[in-house]
Amino acid sequence: MGEDLKKLIIDYVKKEYLDEDSDQEITENTPLISSGIVDSFSMVSLKTFLEKKFNIKIPDEKATTDAFDTVNNIIKLLGEFVKIDT
Amino acid sequence: MAFDTKIREFFSNELKGIKEKGLFKEERFIASPQSAMIKVEYPAGAPPKEVINFCANNYLGLSSHPEVVKAAHEGLENRGYGMSSVRFICGTQDIHRELERKLTEFLGTEDTVLFPSCMDANAGVFDVVLDKEDAMIADRLVHASIVDGMKLCKAQLYNYKHLNMAHLEEKLQETQNCRFRMIITDGVFSMDGDIAPLDKICELAEKYNAMVMVDDSHATGFLGKNGRGTHEHCGVVGKIDIITTTLGKAMGGASGGCVSGRKEIVEMCRQRARPYLFSNTIPPVVVAAANKVVDLIASTTKLRDKLEENTKYFRAKMKEAGLDIREGVHPIVPVMLYNAKLAQDMARDLYDEGIYVVGFFFPVVPQGQARIRVQISAVHEKEHLDKAIEAFKKIGAKYNILGKKKEEIIAMYGL
Repeated sequence: MGEDLKKLIIDYVKKEYLDEDSDQEITENTPLISSGIVDSFSMVSLKTFLEKKFNIKIPDEKATTDAFDTVNNIIKLLGEFVKIDT
Repeated sequence: MAFDTKIREFFSNELKGIKEKGLFKEERFIASPQSAMIKVEYPAGAPPKEVINFCANNYLGLSSHPEVVKAAHEGLENRGYGMSSVRFICGTQDIHRELERKLTEFLGTEDTVLFPSCMDANAGVFDVVLDKEDAMIADRLVHASIVDGMKLCKAQLYNYKHLNMAHLEEKLQETQNCRFRMIITDGVFSMDGDIAPLDKICELAEKYNAMVMVDDSHATGFLGKNGRGTHEHCGVVGKIDIITTTLGKAMGGASGGCVSGRKEIVEMCRQRARPYLFSNTIPPVVVAAANKVVDLIASTTKLRDKLEENTKYFRAKMKEAGLDIREGVHPIVPVMLYNAKLAQDMARDLYDEGIYVVGFFFPVVPQGQARIRVQISAVHEKEHLDKAIEAFKKIGAKYNILGKKKEEIIAMYGL
């Protein structure tokens, strides 16, 4: 599930935040918020997407810009709510 | 004393951090009325220097217009200084009602309610109209006051890529099961001068049965043939459900804002919007002057026409000089420099040349999109514009950016 999850999030980030013609590469370690790819206001889409996908509720105090800054951080956060095989 | 050393140290460190990140904001003191030429004390303690102002939102030049100042004097004489009450106790005068009526007519809406500021209008309106079974679908670059207003509302929050109608449609499809939906956008985006395609937004709103809310602070008074705003520019007067706007920019520039739109929503704001209920409204002196402002702009398009001519002239000459200008028709003219330090250095050098402009960089604008924002006004005469153009040519040549494309500027200065 780890690899699938990584791909799922990266694909979503590309589709949701990058322009269609963007050649920006996104890996599991690419800073998303601190680099300005995703701003803190736009982050809500990603949070909603994950909540719906996994049928969970991520409390606001856990949905920090740090927790959402890289795909790896997001997977770590998700691990608190769902079982992830790595 | 509860403000002990620990607390003081905490905030001192916070402030130090802000300074270290280059985000510390310093005020510049102006020792003259707001106009084309202003006297600025900068840095603090320096003797006032006369500069041409290209960074005010004084689009129509009404901030110090003699008729507006006269109306303010009369307002002060006839209706006094303060109200010492919120609106619904004893804080509403006949001139407040008159201003709301005039704004309704000018904006082409059903009704209007004044707020102490547009920030307050945006803070109050969403919570009044929407609840947790509803959805707010906002452009990603909406003004901070809208972001704050949405945070105060229980409705589900969605956002779409800046000006991207296909992405907005996806979000409308995604939220089909919500009770009410509201598309939320600025009419004009303040950093780029981008204009929201309200005609397309209204089409989508009709197709998906969503309301439309527009903050038109950077358009009211001058955008569109009669200066009504972005909805007039896009041919959708009467179709916007909620317009919030400010009196603090083109409309005399003092303070105050409003919610204008569907009469039921406006009435709901009077009943439930917290910044309206729990704060005094705009003081009589400002209301009296704002009434004059609406009279002036409703009776003639002279000022907005001059602003349009000035904008066309400035944009054309700056392009001709080889500056990298973001395309558009709005008096916000972003001169793209991409690199934060370059934007700051050039703004400083332009100030030395007597041109007051400000450099903007991340996080105020996206990373790698640093620029100098120039704002044109109807109060600028051709010689003011020419002086600015000459100064940009001189300083642009110093930094070797004239005629250079984005990639070339980035190659020289980095992002």
